[in-house]
Amino acid sequence: MAAPQQQKLKVNGPVAVTANRLSDGAVVWRTAEGSWSTALADAAVVTTAPEAIALLEGAHKRDTDAVGAYVAPVILGDNGTILPGNLRERIRVNGVTFALPGSDTPASTLPAA
Amino acid sequence: MPLIENGKLVEDRFIRVADEDETLPASTPVLLSLDRFLKEEEALKSANVEVGLIWPNNKPIAEIAPYLPRLALVALNFPTFRDGRAYSQARLLRERLGWKGPLRAVGNVLRDQFLIMARSGFDQIVPVKPADAQAFDAAMHSYTVFYQPTGDGRKSLLRARLGRSATRADDNGSSDRGAAA
Amino acid sequence: MYVYDEFDRAFLAERVADFRDQVERRLSGALSEDEFKPLRLMNGVYLQLHAYMLRIAIPYGTLSSDQLRRMAHVARVYDRGYGHFTTRQNIQFNWIKLEDLPQAMADLGEVGVHGIQTSGNCIRNVTTDQWAGATPEEFDDPRIWAEILRQYSTFHPEFTYLPRKFKIAITAAPKDRAATKVHDVGLRLHRNEDGELGFEVLVGGGLGRTPFVGKSIRPFLPVRHVLSYIEAIMRVYNQFGRRDNIYKARIKILVHEIGAEAFAQAVEAEWANIRDGALKLTDEIIDDIRARFLYPDFAALEAEPAELKAALEDPRFATWYRNSVHKHKVPGYSIVTISLKPVGAPPGDATADQMDVVADLADAYAFHEIRVGHEQNLCLPNVATKDLPELWRQLDAAELATPNVNHISDIIACPGLDYCALANARAIPVAQEISKRFADLDRSRGIGRLHVNISGCINACGHHHVGHIGILGVEKNGQEFYQITLGGRADEHAQLGTLLGPAVSYDQVPGLIEDIVDAYLELRSSPKELFIDTVHRLGVEPFKERVYATH
Repeated sequence: MAAPQQQKLKVNGPVAVTANRLSDGAVVWRTAEGSWSTALADAAVVTTAPEAIALLEGAHKRDTDAVGAYVAPVILGDNGTILPGNLRERIRVNGVTFALPGSDTPASTLPAA
Repeated sequence: MPLIENGKLVEDRFIRVADEDETLPASTPVLLSLDRFLKEEEALKSANVEVGLIWPNNKPIAEIAPYLPRLALVALNFPTFRDGRAYSQARLLRERLGWKGPLRAVGNVLRDQFLIMARSGFDQIVPVKPADAQAFDAAMHSYTVFYQPTGDGRKSLLRARLGRSATRADDNGSSDRGAAA
Repeated sequence: MYVYDEFDRAFLAERVADFRDQVERRLSGALSEDEFKPLRLMNGVYLQLHAYMLRIAIPYGTLSSDQLRRMAHVARVYDRGYGHFTTRQNIQFNWIKLEDLPQAMADLGEVGVHGIQTSGNCIRNVTTDQWAGATPEEFDDPRIWAEILRQYSTFHPEFTYLPRKFKIAITAAPKDRAATKVHDVGLRLHRNEDGELGFEVLVGGGLGRTPFVGKSIRPFLPVRHVLSYIEAIMRVYNQFGRRDNIYKARIKILVHEIGAEAFAQAVEAEWANIRDGALKLTDEIIDDIRARFLYPDFAALEAEPAELKAALEDPRFATWYRNSVHKHKVPGYSIVTISLKPVGAPPGDATADQMDVVADLADAYAFHEIRVGHEQNLCLPNVATKDLPELWRQLDAAELATPNVNHISDIIACPGLDYCALANARAIPVAQEISKRFADLDRSRGIGRLHVNISGCINACGHHHVGHIGILGVEKNGQEFYQITLGGRADEHAQLGTLLGPAVSYDQVPGLIEDIVDAYLELRSSPKELFIDTVHRLGVEPFKERVYATH
């Protein structure tokens, strides 16, 4: 009998597992080594549902590192770069799509707080 | 699981009998679901054992009234700690139906809700986590200020304040200067 | 202002200590995320796309200058130098760390500010008219009753785990600036024929995925019974509100499913048991709370001082004055709205520096008091009219004098997909682009009163259902699309908007709004007929014909 998330999960194309870090909420990505990284470049990218479920199960084992893990689409660019796969993930990776108040520069170009 | 009664860890005299268990234990206090209780009503009367009843969340608590004289314990259920129906049931049981006997919180009972359970009228708590049982005293004393009246007898703050100086006399902290404007 | 006493201060300190302990237990793993989430939400802490978000209550929209300065401090020290004022008299910080939250809350608690019950399935921050105590229109100061309800609802043992969130709003003026008809409970304060003060009680209003206008279940409730009646409503809801489906758990669904009449009967039956109990308010209690509100020491001033007459010669001042200054109950004083909608900026955002400027101006000109309205603007409720020219010069220098209050660029928008974990589409950049299209003040004045509301998802935090023009972001095949409604309003004539036609893409929205406005200018019976009145007179069809013909 498949777990609920297994029944629902459909994987079409490359995906990664992402969450928010418990201590500060920062966007993190599940790595192949079973750790979390703030860099999308470090994410383990998989293309099938069983692999994605395995990543997700690993992510759910401890909830003191990161919370709310889910499978997110990514795009594989030239020479192996990993890019966020939809608008929501682009915003999570690059920041809000307008200049933050008190700044003339979009958030995406600000250094991380 | 540990049982805390009025702040103390005590032995649970009641045996929780599941609906599917075949026979009721003889001469031991039992804690039953409403279904089981109704099914065994006659047998229980003659057996002369103390009976505790777990009243369901989805039945108005007023309907428990006819059974109260025969009960030694009432338990109310928290299917998850986020389901707060039993708080209303507890207050109505205490404050409207006048139940003076033990009132037990069962289910997903966690430390961060102990205090509001007590304020709602529960005097028995069955914590899910042993560590929470250890922290009972701290949880009960985490607040000293209570704004609203319940059946626990504390005055509402609206009343407790009466007769105290209302305005600038209270306002001695520099941080509140703006608030006093 | 209401003055917190040692009880309130002790409670806040205890709450901060409690939350600090909960955060420690969460970080250590003693609390799971499922166990922690409702606890953090009840302290105003969300986990959003990029970070934790802290929502701080501004009870009944009233802030002291010291409290606003402390918010600026939190924005600088723990966040990224700004805050976002919401539609429910709260402020949000978007980039705060869980580890820092207990200390940030302690800092806020020192000035009597907190995030208690700004989220979670409990009774939320009670909101009211931002002009309370200053407008000549009201029957009584609604904040007295909001404060009594704040105290009653704070950490209520019975109603902390309701089926769903519960929002109460109060208006004391016939002109409803608190959107009471789209709240779980709306209280309309008025006097009956005998001159007695009481509330009309509305229940079951709300927006979200199933919007309803609230239904009146009691035309007149004497004020002394307000707590027992609310308790009766809460008790019926807590026991019988649906818990099987989060989307059907609000009180509006219960009221809708059993009918307002049956709901009212259940409430009245419960109330009969408790109306003369511990919750009944005596005159002594009401007077005591009333005495804790300190009012400005108004001077006898000229209603039309020379300073004002002189300043009105300046067309820029005159434009701002006509747009942002409102009648005060005391001659010689004025109510000033501070627009947080400069053209092209995120609606409702203020930088820490701007907060400090407003706090300083409140000290200099407004008896240290600031208000926050559901339109996401600030307000100085008590300004001597003679001081308006100087106040304006300083507001203008801080980019806080955009004279667009109630204009098309005074947009209400939720944070949308740029911040929010629930959103499907962006709201802020849409608002920014629309406000740029209508940057020309003469044009926007010519259009007149027009409320645009934008929500980035069906949860409707931007109140799109009650915008004169409502914009709802949806997602279709990974793209942002927007549905447009016309004719909604949140005031005393509250009404839900009517869908105009098929959803349009992100890029098409600003042009479509311009077309709607052009259609209005063509269709209105005279320049005096407001947009909302034209829509009500003609319906959406004539708009639809004109707008979609060009798209």
